[in-house]
Amino acid sequence: MAFFGLFSSKQKTSAAAAKERLQILISHERQNREGPDFLPDLQREILDVVKKYVAIRDDQVAIRLDRVGDSSVLELNVTLPER
Amino acid sequence: MATVVTVTSGKGGVGKTTSSAALAAGLAKAGHRTVVIDFDVGLRNLDLIMGVERRVVFDFVNVISGEATLNQALIQDKRMENLSILAASQTKDKDALSEEGVGQVLDQLADMGFEYIVCDSPAGIERGATMALHFADHAVIVTNPEVSSVRDSDRILGILQSKSKRAKEGGKVQEHLLITRYDPIRVDQGEMLSKEDVCDILAVKLIGVIPESKAVLKASNTGVPVILDEDSDAGQAYSDAVARFLGDDRPLRFVTAKKQGLLSRILGGGD
Ligand SMILES: Nc1ncnc2c1ncn2[C@@H]1O[C@H](COP(=O)(O)OP(=O)(O)O)[C@@H](O)[C@H]1O
Ligand SMILES: [Mg+2]
Repeated sequence: MAFFGLFSSKQKTSAAAAKERLQILISHERQNREGPDFLPDLQREILDVVKKYVAIRDDQVAIRLDRVGDSSVLELNVTLPER
Repeated sequence: MATVVTVTSGKGGVGKTTSSAALAAGLAKAGHRTVVIDFDVGLRNLDLIMGVERRVVFDFVNVISGEATLNQALIQDKRMENLSILAASQTKDKDALSEEGVGQVLDQLADMGFEYIVCDSPAGIERGATMALHFADHAVIVTNPEVSSVRDSDRILGILQSKSKRAKEGGKVQEHLLITRYDPIRVDQGEMLSKEDVCDILAVKLIGVIPESKAVLKASNTGVPVILDEDSDAGQAYSDAVARFLGDDRPLRFVTAKKQGLLSRILGGGD
C-alpha cells in the first residue's frame, strides 16, 4: 500500500484541482461584485474611445479595481495589436 | 421577536428542503415555537417532506392575496404541537410573492408568538429566492462539496451581503455554512472537496456537516423529517447542527472515513 501511496501522492487529486479552480474563480467574481456599479459602464465607454483610434477586440481591454491599503487603484490594460 | 432563518443555496437539489424540515423540526423539538414556510412557489415539496401533503387546503400565496387567513393556512404538525407548516402554492406564479405581502405574513407570524420562522428557499436567484433572502436574520447556506454548488453559494452570499433588508439597513445577516451529502471516504481519496476546503473558499462559519445517507431517502419516503430518525447518521448530524445553531459547542461527527481492517476488507465486511 505504501508503495502505491508514494506514486499517487505525486499526482494532484481532482479535489485539489477543484479547490484551486474555485479559489481563482471566486476571488475574481467577488472582485467584480465588490467593485462600484459604474465599472461595467466605464469599461464599455473606455472601450469605445480606444476603438476610435485602434482596431481592437473587446477582450483586449481589461479593467480592474484593486484595493491597496485603504485606497483603490483602477487598472486599465489595453493590448494593442502588433504592427 | 421572531427570528427569520432562511435556508438557501443558489443551486437546486443540494438539500435545502431536507435541511429546512430538519432544522424546523429540531428547533421545535428543542422547545421553540417554530413555523417553516415553503417559498418554492409552483414547485411545492416541503409538505411532502414534512408528511402533511394531504392536509394542505390553503397556501402562502392564498394568505398574501387575502383569499385565506394565516390561521386557515397554517398546518400544525401532528408530532409536535409547537411546529407549523405553511405550504407553497402549486398553481400561482412566483410573482405573487410581493415584498409587502411576504413582510406582512412574517410580521403576523411573529405576533402569533412564533420564535423561529424557517424559510425554505427555492433554487436560483429569482423572486422566491430573493424574497426568502430579503427578510433573513440568519441564513443557512446549504452547500455540497462540489464546484458548482460552492460557486452558487458564494453568489448567494454576495446577494445576502448587498440586497438583504439587514444589509440595506447597514447590518448583517448572520451566515452559517451547512455542508450536506458529505462522503468522508471520497474526501480521503481526494475525489471530493473536504469540509476544510469548502470553509477556506467560502469563509463562512461551519454549522454542520451532514453525511450522504440512506436515511434521507427513507425519511422522505415516509414524510418524516430525517432529524426525527434519531438512530440515523444524518439525523444525528442535523441534531448537532441545530444544537450549534442554538449556541451549543459540539464536535463534528461522521466526518472521517472509518478505517477498515485488512481482515474485514478481505472478508468483505462492512460496506
Ligand atoms: N444527506 C443526504 N444524503 C443523501 N441524499 C440526500 C441528502 N440530502 C439530500 N438528499 C437528497 O437529495 C435530493 C434533493 O434534496 P432536497 O432537500 O429536495 O434539495 P433542494 O431543496 O435543495 O432542491 C433529494 O432526493 C434528497 O433525498
Ligand atoms: Mg427544495
